Amino acid sequence: MAGKEAKLPGTYLKGDEMYKLPGLVEHRPEAKYSFAAGQAVSRFLEGLKEGRILGKRCPRCGRVYVPPRSYCEYCFAPTGEWVEVSGEGEVNTAVVSYISTFRERLEEPEIVGVIRLYAPGYTGKEDEYEFPGLFHKLCGVTPEDVMSGRVIGMKVRPRWKPVERRIGSITDIECFEPAEG
Amino acid sequence: MVVARPNIHVKNRVAIVGAGLTLFRRRMLETPRELAWEAARMALEQAGLTLRDIDCVVIGSAPDAFDGVHMKGEYLADGAGGLGRPTVRVYVGGGTGVFVPIAAWWHVASGLCRSVLAVAEEKMSPAHPHPQGVFAYIWDPILERPLGPNLIWIFALEMRRYMYKCNVDKKTIAKVSVKNKRNALDHPAAQAAANITVEDVLKSEVLVWPVQRLDISPVSDGAGALVMVSENEARRVTDSPVWVEGVGWTLDNTHWYNRDLAYPRYVNYAARMAYKMAGIERPWKEIDVAEPYDPFDYKELHHIEGLMLARRCEAPKLLEEGWFERDGELPTSPSGGLLGVGNPIAAAGIMKVAEIFWQLRYEAGARQVKKPVHKGVAQAWGDLMQAGTVIVLGN
Repeated sequence: MAGKEAKLPGTYLKGDEMYKLPGLVEHRPEAKYSFAAGQAVSRFLEGLKEGRILGKRCPRCGRVYVPPRSYCEYCFAPTGEWVEVSGEGEVNTAVVSYISTFRERLEEPEIVGVIRLYAPGYTGKEDEYEFPGLFHKLCGVTPEDVMSGRVIGMKVRPRWKPVERRIGSITDIECFEPAEG
Repeated sequence: MVVARPNIHVKNRVAIVGAGLTLFRRRMLETPRELAWEAARMALEQAGLTLRDIDCVVIGSAPDAFDGVHMKGEYLADGAGGLGRPTVRVYVGGGTGVFVPIAAWWHVASGLCRSVLAVAEEKMSPAHPHPQGVFAYIWDPILERPLGPNLIWIFALEMRRYMYKCNVDKKTIAKVSVKNKRNALDHPAAQAAANITVEDVLKSEVLVWPVQRLDISPVSDGAGALVMVSENEARRVTDSPVWVEGVGWTLDNTHWYNRDLAYPRYVNYAARMAYKMAGIERPWKEIDVAEPYDPFDYKELHHIEGLMLARRCEAPKLLEEGWFERDGELPTSPSGGLLGVGNPIAAAGIMKVAEIFWQLRYEAGARQVKKPVHKGVAQAWGDLMQAGTVIVLGN
């Protein structure tokens, strides 16, 4: 198909034209879900309630899975023993969000990141492709820390919610904060 | 992980003989199946065939939640020419658009069908106020959704990691957006074609730093289609078939935060599979034109590296040298890509395959790359940084 001169089918509507269409139907799906966390992650969530971060080790290849899996994805065998990690780790990547889930502007930007957790058998070397880790909020760091790159590689640890407010959720960890100081 | 050993003992060689597209626009009057029909009709017309000549139909569309219609394969079937025929819908998130011709390929290569109509459609406009809300459901309900994520987070996290690991700044990455939106000025379907500058990108609304408004492709409605046939059929209908020389696809896990996002391993595995089938040993030399998936500007660079068209972390440097321009050594996204033409998800992937098809037939008009072309590659990516789909074409 040649260049710009080709005429393609399709009728563009401006925003207000769409809302004035005859017979426009508005519908909001009514659907509510309850998700079971499964064998491995249920135990992990129990651990969070106790202020512990639990993983599982594959007895064949030695991979440590945090969050835990019931089976090793690579060996396709059941993972064996539970291992507890300290919760300390390094920031692998981090960003500053100015928008909500539904793309509304946030008053205060939010910083979130991937935390590579320290675990036995993992060197934390840069060329490690897989690693135990969590996706979470970061606190005690500024947007400038993210933009300058200072935050990457920063040593962090979990800031736990007070025991009485923990419910067995990923949010029992309030955020990860700098481990120094 | 192991790279799959493709079965090269195929029954039929497969050619693309026609392609069709609708306009890509933020919202359109046509229903999803009307869009599918328009694209399918054009592809058949270009191939000089009618629906009667088609044995099987492959449909691709991304999450049902965008169109707001479940069973989208069945819903689209009549518009895609699928009634009374073996018809299937495939889906691998954003990777779907390239996966549709891959699935069509095995329909023909296996000897099951002589001719396939491959149709990809997406209508994102029904979900409002913004389709962003629909993306909330791709996140893990237990470990991710409670954190209130926005889809752009994951791209920003990946972009930040890539910038760190490869020591690239936003100024360089913005040049992809500038290039692709400019290329799209010559594309008849284009929704977001523009002459912009690096400064425009850097001054656009910051959504999730480092991602700004002009780093991202738009939300779109649109459809695309290809006619793919066996060698015998191809010889009958055209003097310039474009051959599918290799296909590859792989999935990684959904645990994206347990992997280093700086390099797309899944794209690389898919590329190796496709190159092996195509007998390509040095893709950076043997590929003449490429359409790497560019829903975000950094992703084009990321995918260029995954496709081994540049060494790791070398794509930004080559970009600066003009390597990927239409008159460059290895033009990428000469169509204008998702950044310029638009991103009706599945349709955007097939648009990229259609572009390589037109480039290899020297039919791309003002978009035709300067160098002679023999082999091209199109690629798409999908889901939680995990799906890679690759197709290698030759003339």
